[in-house]
Amino acid sequence: MKLALRALFLLVFCFALTSLNAQHDDGDHGDHSADDGHDQATTVHESCSDGHEGYDPASVILHHIADANHFEVIHGVNLPLPLFLYAPGHGFTTGFSNMLGNDEELKSVDGYVMNHGRVNRLADTAGDAMLAGEFDVECILHKVEVDTTGKELDTYFAKINGKEYKLNAASVGDGGLLGGGITNFYDFSITKNVFTMLFAALLLIFLWMAVARGYKKNDGQAPSGIQSLMEPFFVFLRDEISIPMIGEKHYEKFQPFIMTIFFFILFCNLLGLVPFIPGSANVTGNIAVTMALAVIAAVVAYTNGNKHFWGHVLWMPGVPVFVKPLLTVVEVLGLVIKPFSLMVRLFANITAGHIIILSLISLIFIFGNNGESVMGASAGGVVGVAFTLFMNCIELLVAFVQPFIFAILTASYIGAAVEEHGEAAHA
Amino acid sequence: MANAPWLLIRLFFNPLNSNNMGAIGAGIAALGAGIGIGMIGSKATESIARQPEAAGDIRSAMILTAAFVEGAALFAIVVGLLDKVL
Repeated sequence: MKLALRALFLLVFCFALTSLNAQHDDGDHGDHSADDGHDQATTVHESCSDGHEGYDPASVILHHIADANHFEVIHGVNLPLPLFLYAPGHGFTTGFSNMLGNDEELKSVDGYVMNHGRVNRLADTAGDAMLAGEFDVECILHKVEVDTTGKELDTYFAKINGKEYKLNAASVGDGGLLGGGITNFYDFSITKNVFTMLFAALLLIFLWMAVARGYKKNDGQAPSGIQSLMEPFFVFLRDEISIPMIGEKHYEKFQPFIMTIFFFILFCNLLGLVPFIPGSANVTGNIAVTMALAVIAAVVAYTNGNKHFWGHVLWMPGVPVFVKPLLTVVEVLGLVIKPFSLMVRLFANITAGHIIILSLISLIFIFGNNGESVMGASAGGVVGVAFTLFMNCIELLVAFVQPFIFAILTASYIGAAVEEHGEAAHA
Repeated sequence: MANAPWLLIRLFFNPLNSNNMGAIGAGIAALGAGIGIGMIGSKATESIARQPEAAGDIRSAMILTAAFVEGAALFAIVVGLLDKVL
């Protein structure tokens, strides 16, 4: 058993070392002009045959933080994921992401093109002939356009049969409030983050079913096996979070929810720290995921609000009448701001950690001039790996503390909502 | 156009895209986080020195409070990032 474990560890370790290429090999065109106010080099790819020069850490880091429609195992090998794409007027397109070709031979199917891991679509100006059927794409071009307000936009073009067609990214769910916008298609695919969330959910189901089986088997006896590993966790959750925050009377109803929140966020954080498949996805560092978690926590807290909770929020007793309308505004804003803070805290903590670790690993490629200098790369390796080891320990701590904070704050909001009259200290 | 005043103005009030204030804002937020977590750490070590039996409780309270302070600083860093993106 010990030998098998060692062999497995060695195998996994060697596999992880095979990912030597960090950046997509479509070449970089080098700096923009020096006096346009840019404070970092943008790599602009303006023709298909641009050579392989320079290394752009910003785009590599953002590529690893962002979601993708395929799951990159090692450079050039992608696990294909299911695509569900809908374009108003053109219906659904389904398939696996390898129908859009691999890194060398790109294809356009129904106008959909794979652009650096995300599915983009030819803009409607391409005409109906290009928006149906299959075409071979020569390459993806990246140009920086300045729009009417002077803002710089990254636009991508697909070169098919010598002509360049503008590409649109998917419509975003918030309608464009935070950048992005509504374009000509909606992307409902199983992406890298969805795959990892489902994987984390499966892991959790297996784990806790094993624990439940253990409890059935050891009824009345001391715990054994996986039971004794998990018992300190959920006893801690119950005694330090649920009972103090929600109270003895109501905590049982919400204990499964608090435990789910804690363990789901914990497993997603830990999977994000593993640098290879099935773990390399940045799930909790995606603002949509944390927004969903915060919305669910808010819905659970507010639908269980009793009369006293809403009374305190909307017309607070115990203060002078002329202050009450002001307090109503403040409290209603607080109803929105508290889940919002849950969302931003988790997102920022996890994303910041990932960005720091990716930057430190990028040092290797920066010092080694993207593969050209072995001495530089080794120096970068020594420095980068030392700091990364240190940062990963901090990230491990953050991976455990952030779910705890999310759970304890959710429990306190639920506790405030279900609190009985007479328990709080009234003025 | 190598005059220092012109360069300073173009650095901070660039009309073509956002100026660099986002990064400066994020730096100031990191300053606030440093001060806050430093105070938490110093008070925690003082309390442990006064009462070593309570070291476990004090340590957990310290880590929890540090996460809250860091959360506040990271809000500001996210706003700094938004300055670059939006």
